[in-house]
Amino acid sequence: MADRNLVAHLLRRATFGPRAEEIDAAARRDYRAVVAELVAPAKPDTARPLPVFAEDPYFGRAGKLSREQRAAARRAAREQLTTLAQAWLTRMVHTEQQFAEKLVFFWHGHWATSAQKVQSATLMGGQLQTFRAYGRGDFAVLAKAMLRDPALILWLDGQRNTAKGPNENLARELMELFTLGVGAYTEKDVKAAARALTGWTLDRARGAAVFQAGRHAEGDQSVLGGTVRDADSLVDVLLAQPAHPVFLASRLWLRFGSGEPLPAATREAMVTAYGDRRDVSAMLTAMLLDERFAATRGQLVKQPVEWAVGALRQLGVAPTGKSATAVLTGARRMGQVPLRPPSVGGWPSGAAWLTTSSLQMRMKAAATLAAAVPEPNLAPLHEGDADAKVDAAGRLLAVDAWTARTRAALTEAAARPQRLITLALISPEYAVH
Amino acid sequence: MDAVTRRKFLIASGVVGGAALVAGAGAYTLHDILATADHPTGGPGDRTLVLVTLYGGNDGLATVIPYADRAYRDARADLAYDTDEVLRLDAETGLNPAMTGMKSLYDRKQLAIVRGVGYPKPDRSHFRSMDIWQTANPVRPVNTGWLGRWLDHAGRDPRSAISLEPVLPPVLAGATCAGAAVPLGGVSVPKSITDADLKALGAASAGESSLQARAAACFADLISVDKLVTDARDADDDDPDHGDDPATGTGGAQATLQAQLDLVARCVEAGVMTRVFSVSQGGFDFHAEARTGQEIQLKTVDAAVSGFLDRMARTERGRKVVVVIYSEFGRRVRANSSDGTDHGTASDMLIAGPAVNGGRLVGDQPSLTDLDDGDLKFHTDFRDVYAAILTDVLGADPDPVLEGWSGRLGGLLHSA
Repeated sequence: MADRNLVAHLLRRATFGPRAEEIDAAARRDYRAVVAELVAPAKPDTARPLPVFAEDPYFGRAGKLSREQRAAARRAAREQLTTLAQAWLTRMVHTEQQFAEKLVFFWHGHWATSAQKVQSATLMGGQLQTFRAYGRGDFAVLAKAMLRDPALILWLDGQRNTAKGPNENLARELMELFTLGVGAYTEKDVKAAARALTGWTLDRARGAAVFQAGRHAEGDQSVLGGTVRDADSLVDVLLAQPAHPVFLASRLWLRFGSGEPLPAATREAMVTAYGDRRDVSAMLTAMLLDERFAATRGQLVKQPVEWAVGALRQLGVAPTGKSATAVLTGARRMGQVPLRPPSVGGWPSGAAWLTTSSLQMRMKAAATLAAAVPEPNLAPLHEGDADAKVDAAGRLLAVDAWTARTRAALTEAAARPQRLITLALISPEYAVH
Repeated sequence: MDAVTRRKFLIASGVVGGAALVAGAGAYTLHDILATADHPTGGPGDRTLVLVTLYGGNDGLATVIPYADRAYRDARADLAYDTDEVLRLDAETGLNPAMTGMKSLYDRKQLAIVRGVGYPKPDRSHFRSMDIWQTANPVRPVNTGWLGRWLDHAGRDPRSAISLEPVLPPVLAGATCAGAAVPLGGVSVPKSITDADLKALGAASAGESSLQARAAACFADLISVDKLVTDARDADDDDPDHGDDPATGTGGAQATLQAQLDLVARCVEAGVMTRVFSVSQGGFDFHAEARTGQEIQLKTVDAAVSGFLDRMARTERGRKVVVVIYSEFGRRVRANSSDGTDHGTASDMLIAGPAVNGGRLVGDQPSLTDLDDGDLKFHTDFRDVYAAILTDVLGADPDPVLEGWSGRLGGLLHSA
């Protein structure tokens, strides 16, 4: 038997918002077993996969497009991207493999690529598939796959990086944001890494990454004291740096643990578990089992997508049609549009989400969500006195305890379930977890 | 004092968590803020700073162009502008053809261009370099911005320095207080949420985490909110694409610069107590196909800033506005093979307004051949310019803000 509050904390961080019965079920098990099931789920994933598009509006278009053709292609690409983003939100709500999906979302913010420049649902969807396929195993496999990912290449101008004319964009961000962190390399390393990455380009007819030997800078490059010749050997050298596992651990901690610095002992445990096999799942397990993880309650601000998807899950609101549109709009107005991170640095975190302008958007979205809750799901909010109703709202939204302040506000609204839900959704206890 | 009255303006402002708030030092409630509303601002010059941040690394050599330098043509090849294309400032230097408004300001002696601005050991990371510019500390990462520290020393009132960006930029985070973030689109609350709800949820509760306290403080900032309608709309509200901006996103506000400056103009005309406005535009990271993209971006900045200053010129308060434009770095001198440029170093700062000792190029164009690893060598430390802004625009002592930095760029502004 696990402590219910502790397991609730775990599920709030490792899922998109746990339902009361999911917490109940997990609390009947051993904490370690719950972590193991989250990291390596036994249950099959029955949620609908992301859509694959038969045709991409831009692929295989030979010659120069007319103004009208360009506008039509842009419109079509945008529609596909909206379809993809909505389907992804639906998956986040429905999938049984919650932690796996949340990791896809994490990697999306880590290798932050935006459809604003990529403009292709096929390529953005393909990148999500790469995160899903390789995001829980050997990080080297993921990193090597990402250097062949057409969306990332396009986003960071990799196709323009050639032996004759280097373009450092991808090489720099690979080191600064994806593997090592700023300051762990020199400008000379960036230039050499860019040369190692030359040759990878896009086949525009197929929308695929291809290696063209004629564009590749032959020969050895010296990066961080190692010798590299191509993308794969570059990855091997980067991931062998002591800075790498520490950097990755701190990135995971920032999104699943706390905005406070990663404690040294937790870092050690995570780095050790990661080991020479660069096992992402082992690193995550070490983090979730660490006693300092348990002490991080109240130290993470929910990102808008986490807030919105969690509410849809917990309230049983269908993530389709009008409510899905409302959720997407709400998240966008709060500053988070799936598939469109604001920069290659990924999403903001912490207090950056707690502004008066994002609060206004949360209030609006909360009112819409509360109005869409199916009547049967409100049943617990009809029973007992005001106090019982406020407790029921906490149970529904996986809030362990209300502060006296919020309890007072919710008690005033307890007679009207929709109002109660609205206020609970905008409460500080629900915004921060 | 029409649509944005002082009171409505104050109501719309909200304090965002800077270092001080995250540390749990307590948030300002609206009542705290209103209580100081009619304090005189005073101070030497009584000027207003509008800080325009261009995110993504604006290409200084395509903004202020050394068109007569052979080395420029050699390095930039197809990206180079011809002599008859630039807006000539003198026999060697011209502005990008998209910058007709700035050219006119220059001719009216209201624009000074400081060249070769940078810092030692330049960092070519967007994020680290922007941190350096915003914290004014190139030596080590710190969690306060230079204007946040000015706030620390200048009455610690968050309304003194506001951001019109959705997320508070580090430049306005101080050690003991932070500037306010003002939503552009006005404030609205759903009918089902009452003023009493906001008041109740905004109360502090003992023992909660600092972030949860911050979430509660956001309600306090919205207390008594009526509907605030402004014309300064978020132009991109329903378009996630933000037009067809071709660049790699490296930060910057979502609303157009024009929309942000419209709100600044109304605030200045309304006589609010704010001394510093932070606005921004992103999308300057042109690793490829730079020329057209850069021109579109510069045209947007040019139109927004020159239009803003034209409007400001019509009022006494407006004539005290000083606009400062900067970016985290310039670009590599030599173009890459994608007709773009990679991350570089030293660049220009543009200082504009009636108070500016303008029509001048300040400092030499750094050599295009004597380079630091392919990049321009800076000759003016950015803190020299900050010191001048602190002294001549904000009437403040730069010492505590810039931690004893002694350099000063003199004569940037007319004496008040």
